[in-house]
Amino acid sequence: MEAKDSEFTLSRLRVGERGVVTSLHAQGIIRRRMLDLGLVPGTVVESVRRSPAGDPTAYNIRGAIIALRAEEGCKVYVELL
Amino acid sequence: MGLTCQSSGKGVLREDFLSYETKSDYIVALAGNPNTGKSTVFNALTGLKQHTGNWPGKTVTQALGNYRHGQKLITLVDLPGTYSLLANSPEEQVARDFICFAEPDATVVVVDSTCLERNLNLVLQVLEITPKTIVCLNLIDEARRKKLRIDVEMLAIKLGVPVIPTAARSKEGLGFLKDTINRVASDAIQLNPLRLKYEDRLEVAISKLAGELEPLLPERINKRWIALRLLDGDYTVIDGIQKFLEKKIVVEGFAS
Amino acid sequence: MTQVTQITDLNEVVRKAAEYRETQDESVRDRIVSNIYNEAETLASSVVSHLERRVDWDRKIDNIVTSRILGYPLMLALLGAVFWVTLSGANVPTDMLANFFFGLEEHLSALFFQFGAPDWLHGLVVLGTYRALAWVVSVMLPPMAIFFPIFTLLEDLGYLPRVAFNLDRAFKRVGAHGKQALTMSMGFGCNAAGVIAARIIDSPRERMIAILTNNFVPCNGRFPAIIAISMIFLAGGVISVYGTILAAAMVVALILIGISVTLLVSWLLSKTLLRGEPSTFTLELPPYRKPQIIPVIVRSLFDRTLFVLTRAVIVAAPAGALTWIFANIYIGDLSVIGYVAGWLDPFARAIGLDGIIVLAFILGLPANEIVVPIMVMSYLAAGSMLEFDSLLAFRQLLLSQNWTMLTALNFMIFSLLHFPCGTTLLTIRKETGSLKWTVLAATIPTIVAVLVCFIIAQGARLTGLV
Ligand SMILES: Nc1nc2c(ncn2[C@@H]2O[C@H](COP(=O)(O)OP(=O)(O)O)[C@@H](O)[C@H]2O)c(=O)[nH]1
Ligand SMILES: [Mg+2]
Repeated sequence: MEAKDSEFTLSRLRVGERGVVTSLHAQGIIRRRMLDLGLVPGTVVESVRRSPAGDPTAYNIRGAIIALRAEEGCKVYVELL
Repeated sequence: MGLTCQSSGKGVLREDFLSYETKSDYIVALAGNPNTGKSTVFNALTGLKQHTGNWPGKTVTQALGNYRHGQKLITLVDLPGTYSLLANSPEEQVARDFICFAEPDATVVVVDSTCLERNLNLVLQVLEITPKTIVCLNLIDEARRKKLRIDVEMLAIKLGVPVIPTAARSKEGLGFLKDTINRVASDAIQLNPLRLKYEDRLEVAISKLAGELEPLLPERINKRWIALRLLDGDYTVIDGIQKFLEKKIVVEGFAS
Repeated sequence: MTQVTQITDLNEVVRKAAEYRETQDESVRDRIVSNIYNEAETLASSVVSHLERRVDWDRKIDNIVTSRILGYPLMLALLGAVFWVTLSGANVPTDMLANFFFGLEEHLSALFFQFGAPDWLHGLVVLGTYRALAWVVSVMLPPMAIFFPIFTLLEDLGYLPRVAFNLDRAFKRVGAHGKQALTMSMGFGCNAAGVIAARIIDSPRERMIAILTNNFVPCNGRFPAIIAISMIFLAGGVISVYGTILAAAMVVALILIGISVTLLVSWLLSKTLLRGEPSTFTLELPPYRKPQIIPVIVRSLFDRTLFVLTRAVIVAAPAGALTWIFANIYIGDLSVIGYVAGWLDPFARAIGLDGIIVLAFILGLPANEIVVPIMVMSYLAAGSMLEFDSLLAFRQLLLSQNWTMLTALNFMIFSLLHFPCGTTLLTIRKETGSLKWTVLAATIPTIVAVLVCFIIAQGARLTGLV
């Protein structure tokens, strides 16, 4: 559960890049919401687009396009593919 | 035990949902992710006019409606759209309590054919609660347009419950859906729902707890699932059980 | 008794479950969810196959719709286009309907005189009730019948979540939720619907902000009046391409003011009464779906348009009759309306309106649709009778009542920002379950409306513009 060697997060993915979820650094209801969206370890997530204002960012998570704010995105640790 | 079906929470819970006395033969729940066409299916079957639109969450009031099929009167309950039934929000709790404790005669899970993986997550959770499930593979026209091929028979075999492809907006497949609802509700179909296997330690704990729950809860409640919820530390399910046993289940979120 | 034992036993089971959880190093929930999703993934990949890789149109469209450069201009252009189509499409039918109704009025009047009906009866039925109905139908129906189908098409297409995606940053800045953009969109149809739609916002704090500010989006009970006034004062009451574009631009400008006020008030609320951190934001951008044009049009005409129109008509008929009565009962040599309006006048002048306008807004509380009919009727009773069958006649009437550009502008601003209608307030009461918040939902906009109108009026007078 501790931070992996590379502390690379979803919000640091550039548009078009993909990453594999390694762990979630959120607790309580936020964590459960993220799990429900399918952000479980091993899930491949692609950063699809940013809002014209720079935030939020839309990700392709298990076939659905879901927008997350940077605050949430930085809680999802990924490994760049 | 002194717990018969009538004196248990089922009747009470049903009354809470079905604010009027129903004379219907079957009660059928419509579950599904947001934006999969639940309201469209609901409207097509009941002839009512629930608001539909292409944004997740627009069904903010729940609806009840009746229709007749094969000499049966069926009451359809449009549950709130949810990604899961793990009770992370009031909507999820409402949907889950209805499916588990109100014991609908059948639960139709409306899924988006173009995004099967995400939708199967919910289907699998419903199957954990009740075997009397029908998968309505909606938006099949969109899947065709996107050149997706879905092996419906294989899916039905793997899930162990009927899978009906539909395009609710153009009423495609709805006749077959209605037939299937009646057959599942009247136990005319042999159901063999896929059962998720957890790792051994968890499975052992589940069986042990389920065994202890067996004499405490009415027969039709799924103890394995309750045990799993308890192991997950989901205390909302305890609320559900307690209300259920004390016959004063108040389901929130349902506008009368 | 048995039940008591049962609960105790159940507690025992719960305790055992908790014990098990203690022995686990990793969250049980994580493993359960992972397990389910992995199974779903395996299942899906074994039954779904892509026949061919297709061009992903959704992505291509989104690349434009949410593009850094084009995203915002496109939203604005779309808003402008929707209102321009609504305006230019509604002009001719509105004129035709008005002609028809006021042609019919002459026949009705003739009939009344033929049967020797007393003046008061004719006044009550024809000049009061009938005229209010005629106004509501001829001015409300055409824009609604055009706006609702267009809006429903956009909704079915899947455009609205993109708006929320584009605007979330602004809402986050002011401590609100991006889905507030969705509730605001619903507000164009009806603010009560917008208030109900706020249920999609999970955080109670952010939901309350969305509810309290929904009113700053002009619902379709208000924008036809705004359209009519801007046609009169910007286009001189003459229907022309240039005029409609100008009027549509005016409506869009007003909506932008409404959005700015929404953000400002949301910010103030989250700094004062509704303090707190922004909650989490997850928003699904669903695939675009081709709307079924014909059914959408039919559905929005019958379900939405007729529903809203019926509601307006039900309020308009008694309101028309009552207004006529009060305009024709005299205390001394002033009618009741004249009396009250006179009393309101100093205040109204200070905010660039007049007593009758303010009175019409107050009496229009049950439904915004009846504000203009009440106003017109009061003017007509007080002043000279005219043929009231076109925008030009309307313009003459307003000019004869000393309306200026400032009056027109502040009428529109006040209409945009003032207290929500009765239906919306009742809905707020129901949704929040609190009288306090309902009262606030009425007072906050009223204060804002008065303040903004006051500043504009004083500014215009000081700079000598009026
Ligand atoms: N192409 C197509 N669109 C559908 C179908 N069923 C529903 N829709 C559209 O999908 C959107 C969401 O439907 P709705 O019933 O509101 O979904 P709900 O959130 O599950 O209640 C609406 O725009 C519907 O018109 C279908 O079978 N085919
Ligand atoms: Mg729905």
